Amino acid sequence: MHALLYQSPALYPDLSMYRYDNYDRQMLQDRITQFRDQTRRFLAGELENAQFLPLRLQNGLYVQRLAPMLRVAIPYGCLSALQLRKLAHIARHYDKGYGHFSTRQNIQFNWPKLPEVPDILAELAEVEMHAIQTSGNCIRNTTTDQFAGVSPHELEDSRPWCEIIRQWSTFHPEFAHLPRKFKIAVCGTEIDQAATQVHDIGLYLVKNFTGDLGFQVLVGGGLGRTPVIGQVIRDFLPWQQLLSYLDAILRVYNQEGRRDNKYKARIKILVKELGVAAFRDKVEAAWELSKDGPATLTEAEFKRCKQFFSEPAYESLPDSDATVSALLQSDIRFNNWQERNVRAHKKSGYRIVTLCLKATGAAPGDLSAEQMEFVADMADRYSFHELRVSHEQNLVLTDVKLGDLPALYSALQHEHLATPYTGLLNDMICCPGGDFCSLANAKSIPIAEAIQRRFDDFAVQKNIGEITLNISGCMNACGHHHVGNIGVLGVDKKGEEFYQVALGGSSDRQAALGKVLGPSFAQDDMPEVIDKVLQVYLQKREGKERFIDTYNRIGIEPFQEHVYAKAD
Amino acid sequence: MPKLIDSLGHLMENPWALLAKDATLEQVQHSTAKLVLMPARLWNDEKAALLGTGKTFGVWLDSNETAELLKADLATLPLIALNFPTFMDGRGYSTAGVLRQQLGYAGEIRAIGDVLRDQLFYMRRCGFNTFDLRDSVKLEDAQKALHDFTTNYQATVEEPTPLFRRRA
Repeated sequence: MHALLYQSPALYPDLSMYRYDNYDRQMLQDRITQFRDQTRRFLAGELENAQFLPLRLQNGLYVQRLAPMLRVAIPYGCLSALQLRKLAHIARHYDKGYGHFSTRQNIQFNWPKLPEVPDILAELAEVEMHAIQTSGNCIRNTTTDQFAGVSPHELEDSRPWCEIIRQWSTFHPEFAHLPRKFKIAVCGTEIDQAATQVHDIGLYLVKNFTGDLGFQVLVGGGLGRTPVIGQVIRDFLPWQQLLSYLDAILRVYNQEGRRDNKYKARIKILVKELGVAAFRDKVEAAWELSKDGPATLTEAEFKRCKQFFSEPAYESLPDSDATVSALLQSDIRFNNWQERNVRAHKKSGYRIVTLCLKATGAAPGDLSAEQMEFVADMADRYSFHELRVSHEQNLVLTDVKLGDLPALYSALQHEHLATPYTGLLNDMICCPGGDFCSLANAKSIPIAEAIQRRFDDFAVQKNIGEITLNISGCMNACGHHHVGNIGVLGVDKKGEEFYQVALGGSSDRQAALGKVLGPSFAQDDMPEVIDKVLQVYLQKREGKERFIDTYNRIGIEPFQEHVYAKAD
Repeated sequence: MPKLIDSLGHLMENPWALLAKDATLEQVQHSTAKLVLMPARLWNDEKAALLGTGKTFGVWLDSNETAELLKADLATLPLIALNFPTFMDGRGYSTAGVLRQQLGYAGEIRAIGDVLRDQLFYMRRCGFNTFDLRDSVKLEDAQKALHDFTTNYQATVEEPTPLFRRRA
């Protein structure tokens, strides 16, 4: 029934999202049939655990500490209200009533039952969603900037390109058994909010001197045990050659990437060992033989994909509103929320609104089924039935009328979704950590919560200003700790959980890896340590410097001196 | 019972004698088999002597060996087999792609080693046309697996025209 509703143009006439045709739909059905049979054979003892493992992983199914975890793709962060309602339904009927938005534009359910997973996948397919290749040693969900297509500072909308890559990577037969996982990000906005440079392949949309569109191609970025910033291997790749070039990179990696050691198997190690010039030469040689072949993208295909993302039916509106202006003067909390969570839009009279999922006391990125349904209602009412998911684990209503802000704010406030901390200290990225994850060395959610409690005051947060605080429960770095202005890493020392702090990381266009401050700290000391780090910044900052600016100017020593100073 | 199937799932006779990686020239000379599937190193080192035996040769590549090793013989080799030491080792998919798409090899490419049901469909799309199934794989299952999907997005050996060029 939902599938019919979803396809009804009367209900969703303006959706600027990719819509499945019969080919896409058929492939998804085939996948569900295939996985249902694989699950059946596993449960019947016909399929060994080791053989089932990669099959379930490529359907997003992990085995966690307490139960399996199902990771569902939200391709390049685009989600319709109807899809979000479906996720709420799944959370309620197959899980414990909530879901967790990850740092890679996915949602994770922590308590599904294995025999029911094929049914969950069938439910997802009704709304054109899936869990394909959300884990395992294959090409993962392609991610992008959550403001793609609505940002006033954009060279080109990345979403059509992400969809083209999604289709190319889905069930790619040659690259389903890679040495290790493989992540691609695309960015077309001026301020990179997709952490593009820490992906296995990062693609920046660019124009050459004659105005032709193409990509700057970076390879070998990644976090995990060996964090690396990606390196440019091609300054300008004509868009027509995107897929043949990706094929060439992946072919070189699939053949030459290390398979003897899981921790040295990512493409970043291959690029490092070969040297970026030698790696590029191999890619270019492979590409030379395949470019201009049938994989060359056509103008017709680009147009077909682009038209799905055409503008919704924007009204022609002035870029000011007397009621809103008055409320900003009279209601300080509305003012605070507007200041942090509302952004400029490319269209006059519209705004981009972030729902910061970082209320103190709730696990960062978690949302209950009821909240999901509420957000879906808000998207229906105020944002053309659509929303986005960000890698900072927040939700975004991309097309809200300026005049609707007060009503939206008051509704969000009622549901505790008006936390005014977007881009501030409490808007931290945090992995599920040792509470859920079997890989983790330490818990991360309680650390996030203790820090949030200590700084849960708008004036304090505002005074500290723009900053990123990223927390991972282990060196696999799902919480992106290497690229937080302040990064926190959980470590295990003889069975006890400790936390290492690094400073100076960044995941924007000026991507940088944080530098370790010094010996790690006990859990209870963490809020105090963060406070001390911030004290140094507040003392030393000049003018309008952000934390990262001050850090880059003064270096790590003043922070070390203060944090590790003896009491006497 | 060993099971060799073709890309349509038909059961095939397997007249090829597979020689181990450490096989010697003498072993080949003393073998009664007419069709011999050789490890690549021995083939390259002893080609002249081998051709003097009057036997027919195919060559198998291990997953860490590249198609380039056989560049000189692609026009004459009737069979190249690619070994999967474990099904998780995906190098063979790219080796098959290189053989077909870059080197234009038109003979038989066979999957040997840890060849399981759930990888057959992808193997065929990459240019494999025979599959030496592991003993545990049921024939009916393998035949079914070759039809797991009705359509695909990519330009591959099996379907060189990507879906975006075929979409109505």
